[in-house]
Amino acid sequence: MLLARHAEAAFWMARYVERAENLARLLDVQQVFASDSRDPASWRSMLVLNADEARFLETHDTIDRASVTAFYVLDQDNPTSIISAIHMARENARALRPLISTEMWTQLNVFHRQLYALTPTDLGEARLPRTYQMVKEGCQTHTGITDGTFFRDESWYFYSIGRWLERADQTTRLLDIKYHQLLPRGADVGSAFDIGQWNSVLRSAAGYYAYRRVHSQAMSAGTIAGFLLQNRAFPRAVALCVNDIDRTLHELRSRYGLRGGAKVLERIDELQAELTGRPIEQILIAGLHEFLDMTQKSLGLLALDIAREFFHRDEAAPRGMTQNQ
Amino acid sequence: MTLASTRAGLLRGYDSGKYYCELLGSSDSPHPASAVIERQLSTISEEELRSRAAVAENDLLDLGVTFTVYSEKMAIDRILPFDMIPRVLTAADWEMIEAGVIQRVSAINLFLADIYGPQNVLKDGIVPADLVFGNPNFRREMQGVKVTGGVYVAICGIDIVRDELGRFLVLEDNARTPSGVSYVVENRRMMLRAWPELFEGLPIRPVDDYGPQLRKALAELSPTSASAPLIVLLSPGVFNSAYFEHVFLAREMGVPLVEGRDLTVIDGKVFMRTIAGLSRVDTIYRRIDDDFLDPRVFRSDSVLGVPGLMEAYVSGHVQLANAVGTGVADDKAVYAYMPRLIRYYLGEDAILSNVDTHICAEPEGLAFTLANLENLVVKPVGASGGYGVMIGPRASKAEIEETRLKILDDPGNFISQPVINLSVCPTLCPEGIAARHVDLRPFAITGNKTWVLPGGLTRVALRKNSLVVNSSQGGGSKDTWVLMPEVAKAPPGVAR
Repeated sequence: MLLARHAEAAFWMARYVERAENLARLLDVQQVFASDSRDPASWRSMLVLNADEARFLETHDTIDRASVTAFYVLDQDNPTSIISAIHMARENARALRPLISTEMWTQLNVFHRQLYALTPTDLGEARLPRTYQMVKEGCQTHTGITDGTFFRDESWYFYSIGRWLERADQTTRLLDIKYHQLLPRGADVGSAFDIGQWNSVLRSAAGYYAYRRVHSQAMSAGTIAGFLLQNRAFPRAVALCVNDIDRTLHELRSRYGLRGGAKVLERIDELQAELTGRPIEQILIAGLHEFLDMTQKSLGLLALDIAREFFHRDEAAPRGMTQNQ
Repeated sequence: MTLASTRAGLLRGYDSGKYYCELLGSSDSPHPASAVIERQLSTISEEELRSRAAVAENDLLDLGVTFTVYSEKMAIDRILPFDMIPRVLTAADWEMIEAGVIQRVSAINLFLADIYGPQNVLKDGIVPADLVFGNPNFRREMQGVKVTGGVYVAICGIDIVRDELGRFLVLEDNARTPSGVSYVVENRRMMLRAWPELFEGLPIRPVDDYGPQLRKALAELSPTSASAPLIVLLSPGVFNSAYFEHVFLAREMGVPLVEGRDLTVIDGKVFMRTIAGLSRVDTIYRRIDDDFLDPRVFRSDSVLGVPGLMEAYVSGHVQLANAVGTGVADDKAVYAYMPRLIRYYLGEDAILSNVDTHICAEPEGLAFTLANLENLVVKPVGASGGYGVMIGPRASKAEIEETRLKILDDPGNFISQPVINLSVCPTLCPEGIAARHVDLRPFAITGNKTWVLPGGLTRVALRKNSLVVNSSQGGGSKDTWVLMPEVAKAPPGVAR
């Protein structure tokens, strides 16, 4: 039977890689928003979204493209940066090395070195898209190698749950960043400008053409938010991710005869009901931001339940990865 | 005609000087397989070798065959420098080393069973009682503890050197937690990838059976009758510099790699914390020193160990490999008595000789050492890793005097030995292919019987003229080949 510590490391390795990929997507779309609106203040929304504003201002005087981008890509002192996420993914992989494939370790190792070799030049406006592309591809390569080589025992289940949980959370943030964008004077909700921004959100989630297959009529905030929250076929849609967690957890419990996890399944049921129980129009009327906030909280509680029932721990944060550093 | 002038290909210009060469032998007694080896080596140019070596080192880094140095924020992975030119042992040489290692391991286990049991060896005056009882690695807690099969040392590494006459001599026994075996297996895998043509037509003993052999031995040592005993490898964790080796061994054996915090002792039994609750553990291959094993018995500040583990062990509910207290047998002072211990327990002469050793705790040894400091190697008894060693002929006047004071201050902490002119092996160096000193650490596994991994770890002192092969002192490693018996007989040009 799998060590609780290894289950936790698998869960977090997946989360950190998924987080890095989604951060690149978020920054990419933020870059588009900022250059559209020519409003440097829009970079603040990136900080607000991740609840990093106060921490950012402790070390920075101005909020602008260069400082926020550096903070989220290269800053090793910032635990919410891409480089920190990949560092933590690799440290979890190190703890998991007896279980993961050599190819998984090698790829993370090489990817990690690639990131540490990045310089401020790679964050210049012209180079930035390529840098984000490199990050996304590194993360996707990890996911592909994992899919093709990771032994399907208990640790695989925890890995998968971690990945979907993080992805669900990050998709809510991608939607939320649109909420935080200030519309320029003269542009209203539903205006061409507004729809253009929604379009960017979709594209950064790699969902534009998938959306088009479902909704061929004119774009609207409601249909796009509904697609990213409630669709059952789009791989980054929150509802699909939560369904995958549900299915995986059921399979894990029956295959290994685990008694723990009943509480987790209850929590998932509630979350599913919240997500798909009402049409998106009603959610928008009640407030999209509030809904996203609540979904993020529910996902956080879900992670905590998993930590309690399977890792035998009382907090959702990863255990002592940095204790001796 | 000197040896150097007859060389061709890669070894053109190579000169082993007055030392015994592990590939070519000496001019009086050439290595029986040297013609074959030399021809194989000449399949590529030095330039090509250099580029393949660079690729190989990069691969080791990518694959994570590394030890890790932790700084403030960063985890820096370093590789043990790897030299592409293998060290070659003939079948006949290996047969002798293997027999010698098995003999030594048997004597070490009998000695430990004796001192933690009836203590006949002390009563018979073979070894002074002070040497045992005064040794910090003697663990009184082990007195009378029943150890399955009398196997105190299930994993043993014996450091062997070769002098200028080509004689093998034992330099040190490692009976606690010998490390380095992962490099033996990984070096071979790397060589097969990087230089496959070197192996063409050369029958060499494989090395990848270590994991299964170790697992089998650990299962044989299980104290319970469980048909599938739960074996775990206990590591200090990712911050330990040998963590890669722990990962390697756990994977090769297919057993869980645990840390102290993953284990708990309940009613004298050891359990592992899993996602489904607790699982009973039968045998622990521990890579944690005695001192850190159980904070209730040994160092109370240890966070790496498992509280209550000693109680479980002493009451026979779990087996530890190696046993607690084996360090008393690999002490540099006890080492000096090994030939006598082999005779005492086995009634045989030692197959592998010791290096002459002067024990400074003994008056004659102390007097001899102090009178000949400039010609001797002086070693502290308890240290490892090549630390604190003084090599007389290479030391300055001041260093010699400093050592003299240290010895006079605490004679029992020192031994001295003559300088052994370690054998050399052709090695890729910045200035070309040159002679560098090497040693050999074969690994022996003991369950119901003792098995020795063919070859072992060849460490090479990469600095010119250096006799210290430890990785902490600028050492690297080489692939170690044990040839099948037929190789030596093949006439040149036929082996392919």
